[in-house]
Amino acid sequence: MTKTYYTEDHEWLRVEGDVATVGITDYAQEQLGDLVFVELPETGRKVAKGDVAVVVESVKAASDVYAPLDGEIIDTNATLSADPALVNSAATGDGWLWKMKIANAGQLDGLMDEAGYKAHIG
Amino acid sequence: MTGDKTNELPLADLHSAAGARFGAFAGWNMPLTYPAGVMKEHLHTREHVGLFDISHMKLFVVSGPGAADLINRACPLDAKALEFKQSKYTFFLTEGAGVIDDLIITRLGDERFMVVANAGNAATDEAHLRALANDFDANVEPLDRVFIAIQGPEAAIVLEKAGIATDGLLFMQGFEPRANWFMSRSGYTGEDGFEIGLPEADARELLGKLLADERVMWIGLAARDSLRLEAGLCLHGNDITPDTDPASAGLMWAIPKDLRAEGKFIGAAALASILAAGAQEKRVGLKPEGRQPVRSGAELFDADGNRVGRVTSGGFGPSAGFPVAMGYVSTPLAKAGTRVFADVRGTKVPVDVHSLPFTQHRYRKG
Repeated sequence: MTKTYYTEDHEWLRVEGDVATVGITDYAQEQLGDLVFVELPETGRKVAKGDVAVVVESVKAASDVYAPLDGEIIDTNATLSADPALVNSAATGDGWLWKMKIANAGQLDGLMDEAGYKAHIG
Repeated sequence: MTGDKTNELPLADLHSAAGARFGAFAGWNMPLTYPAGVMKEHLHTREHVGLFDISHMKLFVVSGPGAADLINRACPLDAKALEFKQSKYTFFLTEGAGVIDDLIITRLGDERFMVVANAGNAATDEAHLRALANDFDANVEPLDRVFIAIQGPEAAIVLEKAGIATDGLLFMQGFEPRANWFMSRSGYTGEDGFEIGLPEADARELLGKLLADERVMWIGLAARDSLRLEAGLCLHGNDITPDTDPASAGLMWAIPKDLRAEGKFIGAAALASILAAGAQEKRVGLKPEGRQPVRSGAELFDADGNRVGRVTSGGFGPSAGFPVAMGYVSTPLAKAGTRVFADVRGTKVPVDVHSLPFTQHRYRKG
């Protein structure tokens, strides 16, 4: 069973078992504007909640995307190297950023569901 | 700067209605992008016509019997040699030859000049001009105008269609086509284009006509920045500052030769000694090797890890199709093709010194 969570930093997580697929929300991609480069992490890298996992670069600025949970990066979306604009056109689908193995499932409790996130962005 | 207060553009309602996303720049609440987004806005300007609200910039009329002398003191320029309608890119310099601001000055008449200044420096520029005006028989009058830029290969066509004659004007010429209007063939995108300062009511009427033309699109500050960067044009505060001089910045083309050695302008002595010794560093174009942009503030190193310069503007060039940047490197490295390395978040990104502009200028010079 898949469940989707959201962070205050405008990331979404789709959780299946102990693996989370992470991306930025449609709201976030709209705020950033046209992306031209995505700096992806190495697979195997251990991250702690709040670490910078990815840097997304728009025409104008670079923005950090934080790890929403402790865990290990197990896959990244290599398509984005050639087509970073996929994050703009399909933020919550094909524009995903990385997959991580969740170290501490208890951290999911602090995240929002879709209704909570919608209220958060107003 | 204008203190803590953020100024609103007179036409802010039009930008809101067009769906603009706003952000603060130089004390003004400016449209950064419109729903089309920076990429499409940039490319549209190069292909058709981009419409920019540049009312944050300041127009000053300097007039009176001593107007030309005042300008000759304030700028490395021979104002008396300008023909009527002729515009020149120039600067206010510090005594140390640092760039206080870069400006366009147009001769409107025998004793009448228009000075166009950057928003962030408008208050400093006005104080500077007024202080100098005490020494000369001249008046300094800041104008309250809406200021718009119409830029792109079809700029002249759409203006003509909107009832504005353009045929008498070549690149870097300006005049007052009617009372309280100032119009020049100039801009900051590298394209042919016009800048028009006019009263708000006139502006609303003209914009209504221009925006009815499908070739015309509002363009935000984000694309204005990527357009000027591709065109190799300096942003004051980034690429030129009171700590950089025109020689290092590669802007000596703007200073008449006979003024370089014995000009009477503020900063002349310092500039002459910089020229005699040779500039220690030079402003250059920078092309990162891959897709990753390098941005303002990134430090530059040679292959041995010695610090050799810095990036002053950087981003992505939508027309170029690759990341573009500008910065300063030590003079021996300022040759196109020289490989340096930019520190981007701890990674050394290979960057080649590149000639400027990245995209060819398409000015209408006659």
